[in-house]
Amino acid sequence: MTAAPDHRPTMSRAGLGERLGPYLPVLLIPAIMLFGLVAIPSMSSWLTLTVSGLAMGMMIFIMASGMTLVFGLMDVINFGHGVFISVGAFVGISILLVLAHMTEAPSLALNLAAILAAVLAAMAATGVLGWAFERVIVKPVYGAHLKQILVTMGGLIVVEQLIIVLWGPEEIYILRPEALQGAITFAGAAMEKYRLLAVGIGAVLFVVMRYTLRRTKIGLIVRAGVENGEMVEALGYRLRLVFVGVFIAGSALAGLGGVMWGLYQEVITAHMGQQIMILIFIVVIIGGLGSVEGCFIGALLVGLLQNYIAFLEPKAALISNIGLMVAILMWRPQGMIPVVKAK
Amino acid sequence: MSDPILRLSGVFTDIAQYHILQGVDFEVPRGQVTMLLGRNGVGKTTTLRTIMGHWRARAGQIVLDGQDIAGLPTPAISRMGVGYVPENMGIFSDLTIEENMILAASSGPIDRARLDWLFSVFPPLQTFWKGQAGNLSGGQKQMLSIARAMVEERRLYLIDEPTKGLAPAIVSTMAGALRQLKDQGASILLVEQNFSVARALGDSAVVMDDGRVVWAGAMAELANDASLQERLMGLSMEAGH
Amino acid sequence: MIVKLLSGDTPRSPVLAVILLAILVALAFAPFLFPGVRSVDTAARICIFIVLVASYDLMLGYGGIVSFAHTMFFGMGAYGVALASTHMGRGFDAVALGAVGGAVLAAAIAFLIGLFSLRVRAIFFAMITLAVASAVAVLVSQLSGLTGGEDGLSFRTPRELTPAFKFGDELFGVKLNGRLLAYYLIFGVSLVLFLLMLRVVNSPFGRVLLAIRENDFRAEAIGYRVVGYRVTVTCLSAFIAALAGALYAIWLRYVGPDTVLSFDIMVDILLMVVIGGMGTMYGAVIGAALLVLAQNYLQALMGVAAGAVAGLPVLPELMNADRWLLWLGVLFVLSIYFFPTGIVGRLRQGR
Repeated sequence: MTAAPDHRPTMSRAGLGERLGPYLPVLLIPAIMLFGLVAIPSMSSWLTLTVSGLAMGMMIFIMASGMTLVFGLMDVINFGHGVFISVGAFVGISILLVLAHMTEAPSLALNLAAILAAVLAAMAATGVLGWAFERVIVKPVYGAHLKQILVTMGGLIVVEQLIIVLWGPEEIYILRPEALQGAITFAGAAMEKYRLLAVGIGAVLFVVMRYTLRRTKIGLIVRAGVENGEMVEALGYRLRLVFVGVFIAGSALAGLGGVMWGLYQEVITAHMGQQIMILIFIVVIIGGLGSVEGCFIGALLVGLLQNYIAFLEPKAALISNIGLMVAILMWRPQGMIPVVKAK
Repeated sequence: MSDPILRLSGVFTDIAQYHILQGVDFEVPRGQVTMLLGRNGVGKTTTLRTIMGHWRARAGQIVLDGQDIAGLPTPAISRMGVGYVPENMGIFSDLTIEENMILAASSGPIDRARLDWLFSVFPPLQTFWKGQAGNLSGGQKQMLSIARAMVEERRLYLIDEPTKGLAPAIVSTMAGALRQLKDQGASILLVEQNFSVARALGDSAVVMDDGRVVWAGAMAELANDASLQERLMGLSMEAGH
Repeated sequence: MIVKLLSGDTPRSPVLAVILLAILVALAFAPFLFPGVRSVDTAARICIFIVLVASYDLMLGYGGIVSFAHTMFFGMGAYGVALASTHMGRGFDAVALGAVGGAVLAAAIAFLIGLFSLRVRAIFFAMITLAVASAVAVLVSQLSGLTGGEDGLSFRTPRELTPAFKFGDELFGVKLNGRLLAYYLIFGVSLVLFLLMLRVVNSPFGRVLLAIRENDFRAEAIGYRVVGYRVTVTCLSAFIAALAGALYAIWLRYVGPDTVLSFDIMVDILLMVVIGGMGTMYGAVIGAALLVLAQNYLQALMGVAAGAVAGLPVLPELMNADRWLLWLGVLFVLSIYFFPTGIVGRLRQGR
């Protein structure tokens, strides 16, 4: 950007293992796919399961990314993050129900327009809620983990109950828009259209997020803030504002994930966010608290493993994720991509 | 001599239940290098951190260029033109050298001429420009930390032990860089344990003990009086380091 | 004598002492003071929850560790008794074996989770316990062959603890049957367990825990092995929670996922310990008594309130008896901000 070096001498050369180290987590994804390929007898089932695993992983990533960044940046652990998922789902699905004429039309363009409207409404609602949550619930307990856990859990209970007050205690069923129902067949494998869409959205979001974090000044501030917030402030940046922004963005992403998850399951309940939080916790722990890349890899691992195991031995699906978490923590106690914290 | 760039009067700082600073008074004259000296643990680093706003002073005034900055948030103090090199260097090891420097130039793009000057002072920064800061050696990290403070012209530089734990060759690079900064007429408050560096650079000196300033005067006066050093700092700095 | 029983940790507030004494007397004579199936049932639940919440307070208030697996430990004790009674036949040996077996398993799992997470970061523990507890809850409802699945297990407790067993006629109008014995078994064991926990927190071990909670870096620097202490208190807490679960199973003669494993119970425990007062032990008594009573009687009151505002928009929904969690949640958040030491802390301050 500013100057090019005259030459490129190498920094100290490390051994093979040390140089491979940073890439090992990424390699786990093909490894687990390979495991699926070996364990699952039919190629077409494997393909179907892989797509749905990736779709699930992408959605979990979207929902989890905000939480891990919020932690990395301000050491704030938000146990109420799941509530943004529920609220997003309820707002988005309500919009879709209102726009039924658009979702029932056999036109992909109209369907996508309805989904876009629902997603934008959900993200706006959860963004505002996130802002309020940060101010009212989280801000007074900066620096105290124990209180953070308790208070955000309390906030979760309250908002969940408010959802029930506003929308009633019954679960709401919803059909996917006309053009996204059904599956396409590729190489003998049936792949649901909606899951392909979810994979696409997730991949695009990951790329955008990575670009933002790597190539923009705000991204630099966030990454630097994760490592040493005090120094970022000493350079003249108001970390607190950045943090609130990240909190809002993370909440809005959770809201987006909520709409997507709701359409994926075709049913929503006030407790859905809390249930997904369990997967999110596993993902952020194995990824390394504070690491977006780790969160992405972790989400894909969990999504794939969950789908493979659910096919092979349905009852073991949830336990398999616990097993994955144990295995990874035995390998790297701080998660796959540990976040360096300056002390 | 015009009014000082920085003046502390009666500054008290507590960390948890400990009273670390107990009424610190001193001045940093404009365009000079002021050495902040004293044994370990007497409050030098706390003084710098209090000026930066990392710790909040319980009482007292910190006046920067005529404005009381005690109680202002750190970013505001920084934006008033204070360059800070913390004791632990504060390098963002996950970022490249370039990204570290871009962040340090908080008021806009990096000035090309100034960067060339910094490259001439600290050649390794140019060499590893696109490399991760975390992979630098200790001395190179210290260069980066100082270069970040110097990347823009600041009203005041606060520099905390820039030569700590460095090899002699790198110490002289540091001293040379600070000398160049001084020659440009910068105002610097420098914590330094290496006495030869202190004597070479310092115009005036402030000696702290037990959370207070116990002596302030010309650096030359302190440097030439071994018994004064003995009395203030418990050792003759000539012998140490 | 009394001070010794309380391990020197007296209520330190006259009002608190009076309230505690009132609760003790009410529970000790509940079958005689409040005859009726429902009120004795309430009293038994209060006894059990006092133990459960106090064991949680060991971990949270003294250890500074947040766990979301306390219901899982509770459930292990309950299922232990149920499974042992089902497979070994009714009898005190089955009950004892089930209770101890469940408690040992709970402690072992707590040990493993603690070793994994507390070594790295205390907040990992909260997240991992949440994940593990929900996985176990799902597993229990799936393994219907062993656990009865969603339906749970009904089983028979020793004959001496059932209404069919009579050992006298009537005393002050109360039938002297096995149910009365069951109540006093629960009351007695709960009291002993509570006094035991009071002893633990006032022992040197308890004082080290408090030092760790205040400042773990310093405690580590002084030379205490922080992880070891934290893991130990976690195991102890899980063990006692499982015993409370065993008592609950004995009382209900039934276990099921909703009754002993659901996350709602976890929320109840949190509310009780925070509202009663963290790190005080007596807070568990106040919190449990208050919330169990509220659950049974306050909901009716809210129903009345909802009737009063019927016709207005939203308000009746807010007052709906099923929404009482909403108000408790608000109370919970407010008490963490404004009364972090809960009712007990307030009373002690007000002295």
